[in-house]
Amino acid sequence: MAEQDSQVMDADEIRRALTRIAHEIIEKNKGAENLAVVGIRRKGVPLAERLAKLIGDIEGTRIPVGALDIALYRDDILTRQPVVGQTEIPFDVNGRRIVLVDEVVYTGRTVRCALDALMDMGRPAAIQLAVLVDRGHRELPVRPDYVGKNLPTSRREAVDVHLKEIEGEDKVYIVKQRGQRS
Amino acid sequence: MRLKRKDILGLEEITAEEIELILQTAISFKEILGRQIKKVPTLRGRSIVTLFYEPSTRTRTSFEVAAKIMSADVSSIAPSTSSVVKGESLKDTILTLRSMKPDVFIMRHSASGAPHFVAGLIPESVINAGDGMHEHPTQGLLDMMTIYEKKERFSGLTVAIVGDILHSRVARSNMWGLTKLGAKVRLVGPKTLIPPEANRLPVEVYTNVEEGIKGADVVNVLRIQLERMKTGLFPSIREYSKLYGITRDRLKLAKEDVIVMHPGPMNRGVEIMPDVADSDISMVTTQVTNGVAVRMALLYLLMGGAEDAVAA
Repeated sequence: MAEQDSQVMDADEIRRALTRIAHEIIEKNKGAENLAVVGIRRKGVPLAERLAKLIGDIEGTRIPVGALDIALYRDDILTRQPVVGQTEIPFDVNGRRIVLVDEVVYTGRTVRCALDALMDMGRPAAIQLAVLVDRGHRELPVRPDYVGKNLPTSRREAVDVHLKEIEGEDKVYIVKQRGQRS
Repeated sequence: MRLKRKDILGLEEITAEEIELILQTAISFKEILGRQIKKVPTLRGRSIVTLFYEPSTRTRTSFEVAAKIMSADVSSIAPSTSSVVKGESLKDTILTLRSMKPDVFIMRHSASGAPHFVAGLIPESVINAGDGMHEHPTQGLLDMMTIYEKKERFSGLTVAIVGDILHSRVARSNMWGLTKLGAKVRLVGPKTLIPPEANRLPVEVYTNVEEGIKGADVVNVLRIQLERMKTGLFPSIREYSKLYGITRDRLKLAKEDVIVMHPGPMNRGVEIMPDVADSDISMVTTQVTNGVAVRMALLYLLMGGAEDAVAA
């Protein structure tokens, strides 16, 4: 399966990227007013929590955090049966400036699902996208507003983001493998 | 983990892991019912046919609502207004309907085993919405979901099912599901309404209601079917109510945090007293909401990734 893994980001680089993104979010939105962060399950969620804390520390306020499960909005439901996780959006979506967070953006289909899901819950004032890694190969017109690292990859590679909250370490790997990324 | 099963016919043959998957999925789906726009596009364009040979408001509506929230299309057939009155057989009815290309059949029938017969006949999925006295798996699952939400476990719980056990498919499905996940099940009722082979089942049998609900974590009250009165299985409604009715006083014998459930429709004042039914330990309305979530979960699990599904 994995013939060769190479590390492309370590814990410090991840931390600095997230700090920079937090500042960029505050800059672009002219403050943290009316802001909320929503992580796309699974790995977007711990990243969203970290970003919310960073933004909160910088601006001296508390930003609401939500978790979004997009399994029900996938366009490949006939061939896959993704496990459905809990969606928890503990704030009103209407009129809110929402920053969606995921660890990688690839084809853009996951983001499209997340947009549909959020729109079904109300009418946000704005939705922006923050990703730790942009690996290219977009299949839909989706563009992240905030990027931790641009990583050009081939389709035969996969980007594996490890997070302390899940794998116990903060690292980004490029995994060379045959076949498709799950 | 996926549900590698074509049909949901009963809880007797389902594994504990499958039940856990269904319950976890249902809990995630429940959140959708709290949204203002109760719609997800997951089963868009999929087609569901409900075929209820016995009357039902609760179960049938619950399935319809579940399907519609998932964006599926639903057609409900009531045999009383269909060609069944002209004598069309179940087999022909099914073969006719499946030629209109539905994906799932949801069936309730007075003959135990009817959904199994249909499931063996067609490649489409079949969900048993109640067959005779045999099983009512979706009721069992929603009852289990309700218990799990409140008690966060099954192992070590004592669940007392009280009432006309003999004729109850709800009791049977509950019994299979709960014992599979490690709960202790007690069947409580008059001797005439307990199946004679009950001592061969993995349950404890009580004919005295006070002993039966003593120390119970959950009391699940079954509807007394008043029609049974005519066949002499118990003397009168008043006597049943006096000896087996679930009252506030009787519930003091159960655990302090006991919850009371009822599949509905309730005969207030007969098997369950109104003050109990409307109290905050009564889970009756939660059960109904959970029923929609469980049915949404089943439709999702049955209709996704169907290639390696195995016929029951």
